[in-house]
This record gives sequence, structure tokens and C-alpha cells, in this order.
Amino acid sequence: MAESEGSSAGVPLLTMRGVHKRFGPTIALKSVDLTLFGGEVLALIGENGAGKSTLMKVLSGAHTADSGAMAFDGKAYAPGNPLAARKAGVAMIYQELSIAPHLSVMENILLGVEPGAGPMVSWPQMRARALQALREVGRSDINPAARAGGLSIAEQQLVEIARSVALGCRVLVLDEPTSSLTRRDIENLFSMLRRLRAQGLGIVYISHFLEEVRAISDRFTVLRDGSSVGEGKTADVSDEDIIRLMVGRNVEDLYPRTDHHPGEVVLNVDKVAGESKPVSASLQLRRGEVLGIAGLIGAGRTELLRTIFGLDQIKSGQLSVFAYHGPAAPGQRWDQGVGMVSEDRKSEGLALQMSIADNITLSNPHGLGPMGLVFPSRQDAASRPWIGKLSIKCASPRQSVGDLSGGNQQKVAIARLLHHNADVLLLDEPTRGVDIGAKAQIYQLINELAVGDPASGRKPCAILVVSSYLPELLGICDRIAVMSRGLLGASRPVNEWNAHTLMVEAVGQETQLTETRA
Amino acid sequence: MTQVIENESKTSSPAKTRSRQALAGALEFAIRLAALGVVFGAFALLVPGGKFVTASNIENLLMQSAVYAMCGLGMTMIIITGGIDLSAGSAIALSMVVTSMILNGGVDGTGAQLQAHPFLVTVLAVLGGIAIGALVGLVQGSLITGLRLVPFIVTLGGFTTVRGLAKKIAADQEINPPPNWLFEHLMNPVQGRTFNWELFAPGVWLTIAMAIFAAAMLRYTKFGRRVYAIGSNESTARLCGVPIHRTKILVYTIAGLFTGLAGVMEFSKLNIGQPTGAMSYELYVIAACVIGGTSLSGGVGKISGTMIGALIIGTLYAGAQQAGWAKEDQEIVIGIIIVAAVALDQLRDRSRRKS
Repeated sequence: MAESEGSSAGVPLLTMRGVHKRFGPTIALKSVDLTLFGGEVLALIGENGAGKSTLMKVLSGAHTADSGAMAFDGKAYAPGNPLAARKAGVAMIYQELSIAPHLSVMENILLGVEPGAGPMVSWPQMRARALQALREVGRSDINPAARAGGLSIAEQQLVEIARSVALGCRVLVLDEPTSSLTRRDIENLFSMLRRLRAQGLGIVYISHFLEEVRAISDRFTVLRDGSSVGEGKTADVSDEDIIRLMVGRNVEDLYPRTDHHPGEVVLNVDKVAGESKPVSASLQLRRGEVLGIAGLIGAGRTELLRTIFGLDQIKSGQLSVFAYHGPAAPGQRWDQGVGMVSEDRKSEGLALQMSIADNITLSNPHGLGPMGLVFPSRQDAASRPWIGKLSIKCASPRQSVGDLSGGNQQKVAIARLLHHNADVLLLDEPTRGVDIGAKAQIYQLINELAVGDPASGRKPCAILVVSSYLPELLGICDRIAVMSRGLLGASRPVNEWNAHTLMVEAVGQETQLTETRA
Repeated sequence: MTQVIENESKTSSPAKTRSRQALAGALEFAIRLAALGVVFGAFALLVPGGKFVTASNIENLLMQSAVYAMCGLGMTMIIITGGIDLSAGSAIALSMVVTSMILNGGVDGTGAQLQAHPFLVTVLAVLGGIAIGALVGLVQGSLITGLRLVPFIVTLGGFTTVRGLAKKIAADQEINPPPNWLFEHLMNPVQGRTFNWELFAPGVWLTIAMAIFAAAMLRYTKFGRRVYAIGSNESTARLCGVPIHRTKILVYTIAGLFTGLAGVMEFSKLNIGQPTGAMSYELYVIAACVIGGTSLSGGVGKISGTMIGALIIGTLYAGAQQAGWAKEDQEIVIGIIIVAAVALDQLRDRSRRKS
């Protein structure tokens, strides 16, 4: 059997020794050692910015290492580009899927290696080989003639994996593969990975989520600040051990709590319905409190925030912010003191090509110059305090936001609300794709904003947080309400909830858990 | 080996999906055909005395459309890759000039030694017209890939440069070569007072043949599928080993061949080499592609759609003239119809995706 000859103990399939990589003055990888055997799943764990993506790019040929050695199948391995790596047998599945949406599934699987004599394409052979690859990944129910763009994200991911399998890849690297999958999709993905593992493939699984690491990996390697700081058998260590390795310290006070003192109602949502979602949502948000909204992806939480903020049309129901009643456009909402942080900072939340200062002052250009003029020097001056307060790591306020790490980008998005002096904060997945260190800072900030700062005369803010990460909601909120299929349930104090009861309410009448990580 | 074949029984019938997709494609085509019918019907009513629905008029209309269609074959491929060619009209003019100069023996007919060999000069004139078009495509394709410039900029430069070249080599004159058997027939109407069973001028048949050839190339060759892959997701195509640069250069060169052939046909219609001819043809050709369902953002497009698109543009053009509209009114109406057609198409597309 393939698994016995390939698994552990034997000769490693892939090794990296002392890999070093710098970009200008920044050292991305100091000294990385990694060993992967055939027939195993190796979890690569580390905070954002620890160097995981750089390491994987070195492995998949997108970057070349400055020094260090790699060996694949006993031979020296140094791919010049991703294509060379694929041809050698190392395939990478990125978070951003690489699919030609207009082409059929079979064409996507065999792209670049289409079967057929000479210049011609043989459609029957194409179908047969694509079916073979789909069968190997256990999904022969996917129609090879279907348009790839019409498939679900999970199925598109599978098509990409089938593409690597069809090419005969022996090492599969998956970068945060579950970030947009439902619970059931994750289960399917895991069973497929186990199947590929049994066929002798070496799989590198990059993830933030320790539950997933536990569920799928045989061994792990932890990366911190560009160095590999630990490795071992997953079954032998506790979560605490891994976290300690990741952050280099104990994370005790991830969720800081000071007493909040809710004041007057500032946002009143009464039976609000949008175009398709929300179906009906009612809530009251008070100054000085953090209200969390839990629920499954697609339950309508984002749409609720968008409707409140005027990005989506309100179909029925009453909405009032302070003394303002009725619907309003986003620009008016800003004027009323409402600010929103989008869940999608790349395409909606931030102008990536523009500078940090531009992004922070975008909604509130007051005081940046006379007669509506905007002076860059004043933008910078206005931004600096926020850069300091939120400890945004950057060279200058003129640096473009696209150059920053995810965590720092998110801080810029939040800094905009602070610069605007918004009183009502709508935060949609405020810590998505943010490393643990930055998460802790964001939680701290949310807490401070809810408390207010009498010294500087800053009143407590009212904060509405949507999140799919339940420990976070339970950690930072005063009250939580659950949204299910467009309906928002009644909010209850946080101590009346736990992860289980939240999930039960989120799935509503459905008996099966089909959703997000709990 | 423990090869698992558990899901075999669940396999949804691919044959059924395939036929459903074929049906959707046929419906798509039928809708475009119906749109053509509407435009044609409108002019049939607008043009007095039923003159619009005569065999000779329909042939005329087809000949007008054939030039757009021929050029549209290449334009469709370019647009599928996510590119554009703004130089097509200028390249048609250059091709006309080159063809006429070979027939004429230079601008003023001084180098007329070749005229002693009527067959040879004819072949050379055709090949010269096609080759100059291909050369323009090759140069532009190389600039786009080699210098990593966007196609819009390169072909915008080509738009004026190629036009200038055409004028320069023709010494800014019209070239009036002696009569030639091929060019007198290629785009000469065959329908007169009585019905002719040849149906259309040879140029129209040539266009139909080339359209079938181009459609087959897009469907049944690796090159053709890679054209779609590049337009759909270029980085994926690169990752999968599709030779992006070579494929793109080939696309622009092949498109140049078709454009050159369109120039030969345009010349044959007039039998005069006009360096200022085929003005703004590129816009009509792009409009034909887009009306035919080719997406300017790449990845989507069909030769059959472009053919209908070219017919719609040709019908509008010929119909507006025959209805006796002023030139400026024609321009206004054609512009509005182009935008409306694409808007309708997208609206339909969006509502279909929703359902």
C-alpha cells in the first residue's frame, strides 16, 4: 500500500534548510527549516507576517531564496517560477483561487496541458482525463462541462486541486484553504486531503485555526518572525503550547474588559427589511456598549449593516440615528456621526493605492485647508496621532495602504472612524485576516472606545460588531443577538450565551450544522 | 489499490447538461437573429416602395457587412483575450493602399513591369494586402507583450501611425489602378434584375468560409481555447503554462491577417486605393463584436455573434442611407442603437444570472 511506504520515518519528500530571504531592508525569512514526508499533512502555523506566505512563495517558485537549500525527492530543488515548481511536482493553492471562470471545469483542470494531436484539442480525451482527476479527488459528481465560474467557492477550490492532481503533483500546499468555506465544505475538503495523503502526497496546510490544524495535520511547524521556532507531532502538544510558540508570549488578556456604562439609545432599528435581506431586524444600540451580531455567512448580517449605513436600500421598517429618522445615503450617515468598517477592506473598505493619510482623512476633510482645499501636509499632521495611537506600522503617512500588512490596513480603516469622530461604529468582521497581536490591539481599542475618554472629552461610542468568530464576540461584546436567515433575534447579555447556544440559534430550525467555525 | 469509486452512481448526467448548454447557446443565437430581424423589418417598413427587401439590396447590405465581419473575426479574438484593436480601420486603409499600389505599379504607375503578368500581379496584390495587415498586427502584438503596454494605448498609437503610413506611401493621393479580373468580381454584386443562383458576391462567400474557419479554430484548437483562458484569467493561464506572450502575438497577427483581407475586400468594392478610406471602421467592428455578445472584459465571445453583429451594423448603415436620412441623423441613430443593444444584452444577462 502506498501509505506504508511513503509515511513518516522514511526519506523526506521535501526539505528546506536555513532558507533566508530579504526584500530590501526587510528580512522576511531569517532561517527556516522545514521537512515534509510523503503521505502526511504538515500544518504550517504562524501569525500573519510571520513569513508563511513568503516561505510558500519560495517553495512554489514565486520568489527565489537568497540563501539556504531545498531538496525535493532527494534532489536539489530551486524552481525559477511557479510553472517550473508545478512541473517539478509542487503545486500551490492560494486563498485567492486561480480559476478561469468562463471556461469549463475540464478546461480548467487541463489548462496548459490540453490533450489532443498537434494543435487540435480532443474534447473526448479532455472529458475523460478531467473525470479521472475529479474521481481521484472524490468528486466525480461535478460535471466536467459546467462553467467553472458557476461553481461554489468550495467546488472551484476542488477544481484547482484536481488540476494539480491531473498534473501529477506530489506536494500540495494549501494557504488558508477554509477561509471562505462552510462547515460541510471543510469536512469534504478534509476527507479529500486524507484521501490524497493516503495516495502518498505530501500536503502542507497553512492555517490560523488550531481546531483545523488538530483535525487534519499529522505534524506541525511553527513560524515566528521569519524563523521556524518549533515542530513536532500535532497530537503531542496542547493548543497553549502552539500559541506560545506562535506569539512568543502568553496571550492571557486577549479580550480586555473594563466596565461599560450604556447610556442613551443612539441607533434604533425597528423591523427593518432590505431588498432581499435582512427580512426583519430590530435592535437598539446605546452609547457606551458593544452589541455583537452572530450568525452564519449569508444570514444577512452584512446586509443589515449596509442597510443601516445607507449602502443598501431599506424596503420597510423604521430606522433612526440620534434624532434623525428615516433612510439616508452613506454621506449623510457620516454627517450624522455613523462610521462603518467594511468586511472587505481590499475592494471596499480602503483605497489601496492611496496613502495612509488619504485613507484616514477621506471621509472628513475638515481642517485640511481653506476653502475645501486639501493640503497633504495637514493630512499628514491629522493622521500622525492616529498612526501613533493605533500603532500602525508604517514608514510615513504617505505610504500607500496597499503596502501594509492586513492588520495594519484594518487599523487604518478604523482610524478613519476615529478621525471622523464617529459616535456610532458599525464594524463588519473587524479582525478578519488579522494576526493575533493586531487582534488584541483592535479588541483593546474597541473597549477603550466603548468606555470613552473623559480626559480628552471623547464620549463613549456605540459599537455594533458583526463577526463569524464566536470567541471574539463572546470576548468583547456586552450583548449579542443572532441573525438567522435574515431574521435578527432578540439580544441578550453576553453572559447568557456560549458558543453552543449561539450556534444553535444561528442554524435556527435546521438540525445540521452547515456553517462557520465555532 | 483502494481506488474509490463511490460517487460514480451520483454522477449527474453530463450529456443532459451538455444539451442544456447547447440549447442555451442556440437560444442566445436566436435572440440575436431576432434582433437583426427587427432592425431589418424596421427598415423594410421605413424605406418606401419595398425597395429594401429586394435581392440586390440584400446583397448590397451583405457586402457592406462582409467587410466589418471579416475584420470582426480577428477583433473578436483580440477582445476575448481582454484586448482591443483601435487601429483596424487604419490598417484596412493601409491594406487598400498597398493592394492598389501593387496593382498599379506604385503610386503613379511607373513601376508597371509586373502588369505584364496579370496572374502574378493579382496574387501579389492580395498577398501584399493581407501581409501588411498581419505585419501591423505582429508589431502591435509584440509591443503589447514585449513592453507590457495595454492594448488600448498601443493600438491608439497604431490608429494614427498606420493611417499616417497609408497616406505617406500613397503620397496622400487616391490610387486608381487599371482594371483587374479578380478585384472586379470579388465584391461585385451578382444579383441584377433577375435572381442569380450564385446568391452573393464571392467576397461574401469568402467571409462565410473564413468565419467557419475562425470559429473552428477557437473551438477545436489548443490555441483557440487558450485565447479564452487568457481573457478569463491571465494569471491562471500563466500558472498553468500557457505561453501568454506567444499566444497574444499570434492573436494580433492572425487578427491582422483578417484585417488585411478586409482591406483587400474594401478595395475591391471601390477599386480605388483610398488612404483616407475605411474611416472609423474599427468602431463599427468593435460595435459588431459587442452587439454579438463579446465581452470587453475578456473571456467571452463567439464568432457567430460577431457575424450577426456585423449584419446589424451593415443593415443600419445601408438602411439609414436608403431611408434617405441625413448623414448626421444616421450617426446619431446608429450610436444610440449600439449603446441600447449592449445595455439590453447586459440587462438580459444579469436577470438570467439572478434566476
